[in-house]
Amino acid sequence: MSTLTHSTPAPAQPSTDTRRQATARRRTPGHALLSKGVVNGLLILAVCYTLMPVSWLLIAATKNHRDLFATSGFTLGHFDLLANLRHVFTVNDGIYLRWFGNSVLYSVVGSAASTLICVATGYAFDKYDFRGKEKLFGLVLGGVLVPSTVIQLPMYLLAGKAGIVNTYWALLLPALVNPFGVYLARVFSEGYVPAEVLEAARVDGAGELRTFARIALPMLAPGFMTIFLFSFTASWNNFFGALVMLNDDHLYPVSLGLFMWNSVTQQQPEYYSLVITGSLVAVLPLIVAFVCLQRFWRSGLTAGAVK
Amino acid sequence: MAAPLARTAGPPDARRGPAGPGGATQLRRSQRRAAALLITPFFVLFGAVMVAPIGYALWMSLFQERSSGLGFGGTRRVFAGLANYTAALSDPGFRASFAHIALYCALYIPVMIGGSLALALLVDSALARAKRFFQLALFLPHAIPGLIASIIWIYLYTPGLSPVLDWISAAGGSWDFYANDHVLLSMVNLSAWQWTGYNMVIFYAALQAVPREVIEAAVVDGAGALRTALRIKIPMIASAIVMTVLFTCVGAIQLFTEPKLLNQRGAPSIDTEWSPTLFIWKAGFVQHDYGLAAAASLLLAALGVALSFVVTWIGNRWKAAV
Repeated sequence: MSTLTHSTPAPAQPSTDTRRQATARRRTPGHALLSKGVVNGLLILAVCYTLMPVSWLLIAATKNHRDLFATSGFTLGHFDLLANLRHVFTVNDGIYLRWFGNSVLYSVVGSAASTLICVATGYAFDKYDFRGKEKLFGLVLGGVLVPSTVIQLPMYLLAGKAGIVNTYWALLLPALVNPFGVYLARVFSEGYVPAEVLEAARVDGAGELRTFARIALPMLAPGFMTIFLFSFTASWNNFFGALVMLNDDHLYPVSLGLFMWNSVTQQQPEYYSLVITGSLVAVLPLIVAFVCLQRFWRSGLTAGAVK
Repeated sequence: MAAPLARTAGPPDARRGPAGPGGATQLRRSQRRAAALLITPFFVLFGAVMVAPIGYALWMSLFQERSSGLGFGGTRRVFAGLANYTAALSDPGFRASFAHIALYCALYIPVMIGGSLALALLVDSALARAKRFFQLALFLPHAIPGLIASIIWIYLYTPGLSPVLDWISAAGGSWDFYANDHVLLSMVNLSAWQWTGYNMVIFYAALQAVPREVIEAAVVDGAGALRTALRIKIPMIASAIVMTVLFTCVGAIQLFTEPKLLNQRGAPSIDTEWSPTLFIWKAGFVQHDYGLAAAASLLLAALGVALSFVVTWIGNRWKAAV
């Protein structure tokens, strides 16, 4: 914060007499240039910090095991990216590809289903009136506050009784419930679906569910995407849940697989290349997705901020 | 949170005049049926993966496993009342884990919230160029899964791999990211890297919602950029700041991945029960003391809920004061 002081004009004058003077001083070109330089310089510095680890990962993934340790982090060694990629995709009969497919299943399929459930629920909370509505909604908001790691152990034991520990369901089922998504869906339904449109559909004799599926759902598409992204990040980040629920390495998502590889690096340093290249392969599609879908996470965070 | 929503959610068919009494009841019934159909899947799953586990944890927390007789022949479950809770609360490891998180928060929250607020104000200022690029580049770490972010940073802390350590030694210094005095800073850096940009976008969105006339009025009155930021902009986005602090605290008490990896890496001061979630993991999955783990989980959940109330209460008072 202290660096901000450089960009401000001399002590502010609250008196209205000096108003014009103050404005004039702020417009002095030399001073404005300095401030502009400082503001943008600080931002560039912050960007260097956020991009440094990913750039390092990119460079490290191109090096063979020897160069990884023999050369400095940001200097290029022998270009071995293709060999590293081949290694990642072929080691243990191509288990990495299987992990990647599992992650897609847990995150993409799970989040799509979860988002549909959230949108239906949020829409119903917004557009319909029923007994105990606000109490039920209070329950949903209570669900937002419950730390997810806290229910992991009892969920594991219950899943054990239900016989789904160490199956795809053990991760998919909990991922379907996203109370914050219901809250967002209600906000979006208020904003995107005008009551008049539903009235018109009713006058035309359309059934309620048909109206939801054919008219409201398309109008809610941007909100759907935003909630999908939230749930997608949550499940892609759910390392603890995967660690608790899964033993069989054929069911692992990428994160748990990389964790297992990482835990042997200290005994077998050749695994470093696998973890680094595997991380890069996992991260690149996410970065591309987030850059392409900017509009949606931005609107989700805005909805969060303005409440 | 629910208050502003409740306002707009009036009865949908109050305005319907001409449908006639019979038509209105029929409509209302079909609407009620549609509402029930739409919310049922969510609440069935909500019951299965949230309410039932919490109920089960409550039940489990009341029992202890006692070995029967001579020590062989297995164990049996006996009702223990609140013994698991007192055991958790008097466990030095569990207590220490909260002290660790408190210390972590004392460092992390000012750094991360201050940093994201400062960056949001910088991006919001009229002098910043390429605002979209800066937002995107600063937000980028959030696209990277927490576990992978932790692995990357741990490699950046590892001698031999790390370019950062090369730069430090090139500058004539030396640093050990895993040393007892430094490891908490290493963890704060890891979390700050992941969350600063995310919260910056939230603050920036809130700043954009501040009416421009208010800011222009301050500028006309001769307030400088810093003064406008501190006296006008920050108070105007107080509710966003409070929400962010709340979510940060709720996240901090669940800290698991970062200390787990630092512990695995052999950081001497990060033990296997450094954070409350690590403690629960160890009690449940290593020692198989489910009663203790359940009691500790519920205490942690209670802390999370209590924190929410305290932060919201402070936030409301703060908002009322400015």
